[in-house]
Amino acid sequence: MSYIGNITDTFSSIFEGMSITFSQFFRPAYTVQYPDRMPVRVQDTLPYRYRGILEVDLEICTGCLACERACPINCIVIDAEKNKETKALVLKRFDIDMAKCMYCGLCSEPCPTGSIHHTREFEGSDYSLESLVRRFVKVPVDAYKPKKTGENDPAIVPILERGMRYIEEFAQPEKKAS
Amino acid sequence: MQGFIDSLLATTTTGLSRELAYLGGMIGFGALVVFGFILPMAGITSWLERRVWAKIQSRVGPNRVGPGGFLQWLADGLKNLLKEDVIPEAADPTLFRLAPYIVVAGFVAAFVAIPFAGSLIIADLNIGILYISAVTSLVVVGILMAGWSSNNRWSMLGGIRSASQIISYEIPAGLSVFPVVLLSGTLSMQGIIENQGWAPVDWHMFHSPFTLAAFLMSYIALLAEGNRTPFDLPEAESELVAGFATEYSGMRSLLFFLAEWGNLYVIGAIMATLFMGGWQVPAFTDNVVLLTVAQFGMFFAKTYFWVFVAMWIRATLPRVRVDQLMSLCWKYMVPIAMVNMFGTALVMVVIPEGSRLMSYALCGLMLFGLVRFGRRVNYHLKRSRRYDTVGAIMPV
Repeated sequence: MSYIGNITDTFSSIFEGMSITFSQFFRPAYTVQYPDRMPVRVQDTLPYRYRGILEVDLEICTGCLACERACPINCIVIDAEKNKETKALVLKRFDIDMAKCMYCGLCSEPCPTGSIHHTREFEGSDYSLESLVRRFVKVPVDAYKPKKTGENDPAIVPILERGMRYIEEFAQPEKKAS
Repeated sequence: MQGFIDSLLATTTTGLSRELAYLGGMIGFGALVVFGFILPMAGITSWLERRVWAKIQSRVGPNRVGPGGFLQWLADGLKNLLKEDVIPEAADPTLFRLAPYIVVAGFVAAFVAIPFAGSLIIADLNIGILYISAVTSLVVVGILMAGWSSNNRWSMLGGIRSASQIISYEIPAGLSVFPVVLLSGTLSMQGIIENQGWAPVDWHMFHSPFTLAAFLMSYIALLAEGNRTPFDLPEAESELVAGFATEYSGMRSLLFFLAEWGNLYVIGAIMATLFMGGWQVPAFTDNVVLLTVAQFGMFFAKTYFWVFVAMWIRATLPRVRVDQLMSLCWKYMVPIAMVNMFGTALVMVVIPEGSRLMSYALCGLMLFGLVRFGRRVNYHLKRSRRYDTVGAIMPV
């Protein structure tokens, strides 16, 4: 009797299986067609605290070298000198070797202005190791010096606000949670 | 085909001998079918198959070359033509080189007797279906050759599995053809089609419960002969790497796949011819050209329906074990096919004219099955709806 049973079992189970696969024809594809056929860029879908490629806003960098000291693998190199005449700190070199960087985020935590920060950019592939060194200082610039009266330069205010927001959300996450 | 050439000769005044014109027409139409139909068709089937699987597996599939990835088969073919043709040192070089051609010859030769429309057939052999089942068995010679000459255990196992499988399943496939031959009284493909009507009730499939069972047996057996899932043991990627095709590279490897996809069309054409009324369309016009086009479209649609079902099955069912394969063939399909054969003969003796009531009842049964299937699909769709939010994968 199991002979007939086997036959009916075969057909009923195939019937069920085929109905499930046929229903797939009316269901959407889950494929994310990275990188060129996306409704939005992947970078824009990532959370704000995503640790991507490092970026430095030189306009608000104070030249305090806190990030250079914090980096456990020394991939940040900063040359800052005092200008004898104007008494201002001049940034001559600010290099980050992204080939060495391990995206630990320790450099962006001590930064007082949120100048050095992780972006949501992660597409860093390149043809040579040298081109992965990001050189932020093209020509020597003066380091940022906080004013006692508060910032009033309209070009710097938005960058400074972004930096402060970054510090609040990234460097002190426990503060935001409370 | 002969009638077409006769009418062509009557209109022209060339002194061509009739036999020469027949030969020329045959070779010309044959070449047209091979290069203009079989090769692109096999390629397009490969693209379609990948798209169908992708859809079933919630993927997208090849969609970059041409509109919807339609030209993917051309790109793949070109790539494989340009690739190096590696022949292993330990292989038997002559057999190794020869094997893919025999496999391809086996399936291309079947197209000689496959009809395309009422007047479109390369040669309407009076032993058509016998010829097709004989010639498609040639594939197993090529596969066994490939498996043995590769001098590789995986290839050898694949070849042997293929041989045992195809030879076993020849029997239910052959036995399932018998009811149709009994009904139509001929082995000719055109004769079998002409014995049926365009309406489903007039199809051989719905003649009696036995022919309906023979239809199912036939499809299963043909799938096994074409090395398709759930019977793709000779290739068995998870066990045998690529089975008999393991050592092949470049165009030779592609020829095996060409034969596999081409065989799909042969399977569909056999199903459409034997059980589903072939190219029969209602006589809606006197225009021969228009009628031929309609017949071609009808036959193509029926054939591709079965090709699609084969893809769908491949995306649904897992592969059977070797012992399951053999027990399915010898313990289930051969006896059932035997019963079908004698049952059809019995029905023909008891009601020689055939029973319209039975045909309508079987049609109704099939319709009932389809409706139940539709409801089941709808049930699965409803259940899956809450998971199908694209945002869950990619927050926007």
